[in-house]
Amino acid sequence: MSSLQMPKVDSSILSKKDKIVSDIGRIINPKNVLSHPDELRPFETDGLTAYRQMPLVVVMPETVEEVSNVLRYCNDNKVKVVPRGAGTGLSGGSLPLEDCVLMAMGKFNKILEIDYQNRCVVTQPCVTNLAITHAVQDKGFYYAPDPSSQIACSIGGNVAENSGGVHSLKYGATTNNLLGIEVVLMDGTITKFGGKAMDSEGYDFLGLMTGSEGLLGVITEVTVKILKSPEIVKAALVGFPTIEDAGNCVAEIIAEGCIPAGMEIMDKALTKATNDYSKAGYPTDAEAMMIVEFDGTEHEVEAYIEKAKQIAEKNNSSSLKVSKSNEERLKFWAGRKAAFPACGVLAPDYMCMDGSIPRGKLAEVLREITRLSKKYDLPVANAFHAGDGNLHPLIMFDANDKNSLKKCEDFGADILKYCVKVGGALTGEHGVGIEKRELMCEAFNDKDIQQQLTIKVALDPNSLLNPGKVYPILRKCAEEGRVHVHGGKTKFPDIPRF
Amino acid sequence: MEEKQNFQTSLDSNQNIFKPSTREEIVEIVKNCYKKSIPLEISGLQSKNKIGRNFQAEKTLDLSNYKGIIDYKPEELYIKVKAGTPISEIEEALKKNNQQLAFEPNDFGYLFSGESNSGSIGGVVACNFAGSRRFKVGSVRDHLLGFQGVNGKGETIKSGGTVVKNVTGYDLCKILSGSFGTLTVLTEISIKVLPKPETSKTLIIKNPHVKKALDYLGQSLSSSTDPSGGVFYPDYFGKNFILNDLTHDGGLTGIRIEGPMNSVDQRINRLSKELDLIDNEFSVLDSVQTEIFWNKTKNLEVFKNSKSNLIRIVVPISETLQVIQKLKKDDLNYFIDWGGSLIWMAFDHLNSKILAEIKEITKNHQGYYTLIKIEDDFKASADIFTIDPIKYKISEKIKKSFDPKRIFNPGKMYTGI
Repeated sequence: MSSLQMPKVDSSILSKKDKIVSDIGRIINPKNVLSHPDELRPFETDGLTAYRQMPLVVVMPETVEEVSNVLRYCNDNKVKVVPRGAGTGLSGGSLPLEDCVLMAMGKFNKILEIDYQNRCVVTQPCVTNLAITHAVQDKGFYYAPDPSSQIACSIGGNVAENSGGVHSLKYGATTNNLLGIEVVLMDGTITKFGGKAMDSEGYDFLGLMTGSEGLLGVITEVTVKILKSPEIVKAALVGFPTIEDAGNCVAEIIAEGCIPAGMEIMDKALTKATNDYSKAGYPTDAEAMMIVEFDGTEHEVEAYIEKAKQIAEKNNSSSLKVSKSNEERLKFWAGRKAAFPACGVLAPDYMCMDGSIPRGKLAEVLREITRLSKKYDLPVANAFHAGDGNLHPLIMFDANDKNSLKKCEDFGADILKYCVKVGGALTGEHGVGIEKRELMCEAFNDKDIQQQLTIKVALDPNSLLNPGKVYPILRKCAEEGRVHVHGGKTKFPDIPRF
Repeated sequence: MEEKQNFQTSLDSNQNIFKPSTREEIVEIVKNCYKKSIPLEISGLQSKNKIGRNFQAEKTLDLSNYKGIIDYKPEELYIKVKAGTPISEIEEALKKNNQQLAFEPNDFGYLFSGESNSGSIGGVVACNFAGSRRFKVGSVRDHLLGFQGVNGKGETIKSGGTVVKNVTGYDLCKILSGSFGTLTVLTEISIKVLPKPETSKTLIIKNPHVKKALDYLGQSLSSSTDPSGGVFYPDYFGKNFILNDLTHDGGLTGIRIEGPMNSVDQRINRLSKELDLIDNEFSVLDSVQTEIFWNKTKNLEVFKNSKSNLIRIVVPISETLQVIQKLKKDDLNYFIDWGGSLIWMAFDHLNSKILAEIKEITKNHQGYYTLIKIEDDFKASADIFTIDPIKYKISEKIKKSFDPKRIFNPGKMYTGI
């Protein structure tokens, strides 16, 4: 893996390790301060496993006051802090630094209040995304954003990364489903942004904090809105003879005024791989396959499915199947959700990219990816959240072959640059982290980045909170790593990635 | 570049109002003001300029000439426009493709001048006030996909883009929404557009009691019938609605259902059953009447030509009843929007004692208020927006990071910001 430049290590901090451990041991329960290498090892990486670094010390605060006191201590003593939730992030946002205090929020794991009257849940940040839905589903409610790692990822991490999911076209990402947070700034200030009331007075700090990747504050409490579960959900599985037909079908469904709950496309390579892997009954002869899902009341869903069917047929669909039961619908999704492990079978390693593009550019971007695949002589399979333009190409390579790895990294960077070129974005839902940091200048110029850094400095003048993430250190577009999986072994093999 | 040379931006002249038509001109004006520390009032189409504190600015940057649609891609669900573009022009363009701004921008024209003026897109973003669909689709900030603007040093900055999914860098779209022009002059705005529902109908329940209305609204919003609007008008406002199928003129609760035709009928039926309504207790407005009813609501037409002060109070729905009971005086008119969370309250007389009381009550009930319309005598000394000391301190820092010399709308939101 290419070497990654991180902020300069402060050797004076390293030499004061014992003092820092004992000082923080007086601020919080000393049992929650970990410093032995064996204790630190589990924290050396997150979901972006290609990068590893042991932190100086791990602290596990139990109350917001403890978070505040530790941050204030670190701020006064110029010690860097890296916050961490469940550690499932795919862009290296919680990769430790050698001279940092890693603040692991795992003990903030309780749901504090379920408020059906105001249709919201108040929770501590390390409760998992899915646990929120589980807590309210018996009353027929759910929490809408559904990142694929939802069984493991924390809601605080979702806020930090502004996580999306398959259903974000209709229901939005985390930022659109969040009512309030309690947050601690680097100087120890504890404050709340938003609450149970909609919008808030003054500047929208809630919106600024969401997706700030742990650079502006540590989240200690989250209030999310919950929605009434739809009465009925139906999906259609559609095959197309060309990618263009599939792309046109997506555009037309949207233009016709149907907003699906989810709309996914896979190319032929991935359709075949996932079908072989999960026996989902996909049309493997089709050049592109689409799953389109609608939710709502019965008449509403029937009307939309009918419309989608007509549009698909008009766009030369080669096969079309509508789910007759919830089991069948879940079977449609099973293959799609197995996209990552299915690729693991095809090649020793693969890297998952996360670009965002205008829906209408799908065919053009896929053509470019095919061209690049030939150029770099590496196979690629494509999954696409077509509804909201989020593309996940999976590049297959062999990490034991240094040349293959380098080619893969170059290939990945070329794809993301092309996404930006056609009017898209570097990252749709995985975050910038360390992974896409040096590509930021593809999307932003110096002035744009400088404005963002000025905000960072306003809230954290010594740049101690999660430094080295999101913003370029090299200030040039180096091609760096992506989500890298070796031998099919991801950091969390049980978590679906899609 | 030629345009730039011809444009009169010299601040030595007596010109006090600048009406740029290009971004280069805006940059030039801001740069000059930054250099000379000249405060600048940023103005659009004058529909909401009265909202906010009084402040003194030597010059005005009037964006009404900086208008036009740059790029509209219906199938990509976005429209990119210059900041001074009138909302009416945008809505006209969207209508041709059966699309809309789903957050239903309020038209404050009726309130301030007695006639329609929905203002410019820049003003709508700067104020972040959303209409009745707020609880379902989010506020203006949730629909702003990207922007380009000029910060207080005259530097052109951008954030976001035209795609819905984008987590690249800090989400500056959010911090600029509702910043009342105090951080950045918006130049280009990319905003999400959505298909218009095939049809919409409104269940109108005859009912003068606020408590009962809040029960209806709470129950509807928690049902799978998926309403997109929920209001309550007390008795004295009921007469403002003269519609074919409205069978009474007293207090009413209105619940809007949108979607494909047969689904809307099915959901309206179901909702009336879920709410245990008997036949003579409710009526249903068809799509034409529904449009009139909700336009009147989002445009605050019941306060048209009213001389009263108007306050916008937002609280969690569980608190609404208590807030109203505590604030209700004889001289007070109000109606409730956002399915129970937004109270528009008119006060004939307002003074600092009453305002302090309102502030205390909204705060104790986990909400906040904004003074929308206020008598001139009192305006200079009143807190238009509320803020706590910690957030004030953070706001000061954020203001400085965008506008270090405080030249944009200084004091419009808070003293010193």
